[in-house]
Amino acid sequence: MRFEGLPLGATDKKRSFRDKIYFWEILRGLGVTVRHLVHNILHTDDMPTMQYPEEKRVYGPRFRGRHRLMQREDGSPRCVACQMCSTVCPADCITIEGAEHPDPAIEKFPESFDIDLLRCVFCGLCEEACPCDAIRMDTGIYEIAADSREKFVVDKDFLLNDNSRGTR
Amino acid sequence: MDLVLETLAKIGFMFALIMGMVVVLIWMERKGAAFIQDRTGPNRAAIGGVRLAGLVHPIADVFKLLFKEDVEPENRHKALYNLAPWLVMTVALSTYAVIPFGDYIMVGGKKIGLLAADLEVGLLFVLAVASLGTYGVVMAGWASNNKFTFLGGIRATAQMISYEINMGLALMGLVLVFSSLRITDIAAGQGDLIFGFLPKWGVIVQPIGFLLFLTSVYAETNRNPFDLPEGESEIVAGYHLEYSSMKFALFFMAEYAHMVIGAALIATFYFGGYQVPWLPRPALEAHAGLLLTIKLVGVLVFSLLIALLFARRVVREKGKFGDARDREPGLGVGFWGLLAVAAAVGLVMKPWGIGPEGASLFASLIQVGMFVAKVVFFAWLFIWVRWTLPRFRYDQLMRIGWKVMLPIGLANLVVTALVMAIV
Repeated sequence: MRFEGLPLGATDKKRSFRDKIYFWEILRGLGVTVRHLVHNILHTDDMPTMQYPEEKRVYGPRFRGRHRLMQREDGSPRCVACQMCSTVCPADCITIEGAEHPDPAIEKFPESFDIDLLRCVFCGLCEEACPCDAIRMDTGIYEIAADSREKFVVDKDFLLNDNSRGTR
Repeated sequence: MDLVLETLAKIGFMFALIMGMVVVLIWMERKGAAFIQDRTGPNRAAIGGVRLAGLVHPIADVFKLLFKEDVEPENRHKALYNLAPWLVMTVALSTYAVIPFGDYIMVGGKKIGLLAADLEVGLLFVLAVASLGTYGVVMAGWASNNKFTFLGGIRATAQMISYEINMGLALMGLVLVFSSLRITDIAAGQGDLIFGFLPKWGVIVQPIGFLLFLTSVYAETNRNPFDLPEGESEIVAGYHLEYSSMKFALFFMAEYAHMVIGAALIATFYFGGYQVPWLPRPALEAHAGLLLTIKLVGVLVFSLLIALLFARRVVREKGKFGDARDREPGLGVGFWGLLAVAAAVGLVMKPWGIGPEGASLFASLIQVGMFVAKVVFFAWLFIWVRWTLPRFRYDQLMRIGWKVMLPIGLANLVVTALVMAIV
């Protein structure tokens, strides 16, 4: 529906007597609102509102959701603990402790990899910085909720394996 | 003893009416606002899966507020801080004492007037008590010891002084026309016809007075477009900023109770109160049988239609939610179906042959129903206007009050006096 309004830049001088006594314009305004009301009562199914827990918005593939850590074929993390992501992170939310990898071909692996989701700003710079494609934000998870601050700090195991929930 | 019981019953009726209206108005406000703004509004809270289109939400709100922590500012004025919400609510409720919600009702051959107190100066009582409500607001604003609440209280006072005058002037015109300060006289006088076809309603004999009164009532109840005392864009929440839990709820309910008074005053003074247009009391009693039949047929058709709508939902929305809410359409069919059956039973009992006593009772109930319907409409108008108009700026508010409405009100009074002197 399209409704006409007062022209932009209408001033006191240009107002006609009809505009000055308000009541006519108020009645027109009431007409506009009641048209919306009646339309919406008669067409409740057309409402653009999403009934959230039942209906969920589908985001595009580029949407940055909660992070996940990629695995090698044997299930160990691809991450080599190079600290690129934690260095570039503007919110300083990634904490990595590296350790020597048993396989001499791989230099290091993360002994612990924690992300504080309360600090994260979901900018995606960690994804960009990673040289091994070990961290991605393509899970599409945006429902990140928990009942204590500690639960928002997610660890290596969770990021590697659980991509169904936002937090622990 | 009888008098005490009668009065208590009338007070009880009014109290129940107001409190019921408050719940319904909160629902109307939220749902109406939502639909006007293309939203769905509250639709979650449910009792056993029945959501009543959001009517359960006010009940849930009350429980929430009852169990909430009552946070109080440290440097408040303790006595006034605690007194203010009660004062606002008490004053809001006491105005109803003089508003007639019906003409009279015959109980056991005794004629009982349908209002709690038939004061000779009822109109002055309304003006006096209605303005006391501001004391609560100012008290709340000052006792909270907060700049914003204080500003809200000050705004309420200034607004009150400006618009109380206009309200009084508008009502003076009405007093001249009906030559009485007694509200029952004014309500009864509006049952007449002028020129044989126009009902002698206040809005017809005092159209300008009506517009002035309507505007002043909006200002008095602190509703949009005059809700500067709680202008949240400037002074957070205004006078009730520092209140929480049930104390806040009292302010909140008082606002709606004020709305119901405002609506009741508009209906009583300018729209004939309990009078059914073109059907004064004797006519109502004479044609009671016919009217009752029409009414029952109307109820039957209406409830059948609603039941059919619910039945359509039963078919269409089978297992839509997968929980208790799926029962709702079925229960809707049951309720409206039962109402239709009740109306049908009433029709079978030959309502057209109703006796004189029944006719008298029917006329009383119709008049009470008419009053309630008018009150509901004007309360809806409050909500409708709120979601249509933006808030006035403070200087605009004062300019309209003093420079526009006051001269018009005075002119209206003079013209009315002249006309009344000539006629």
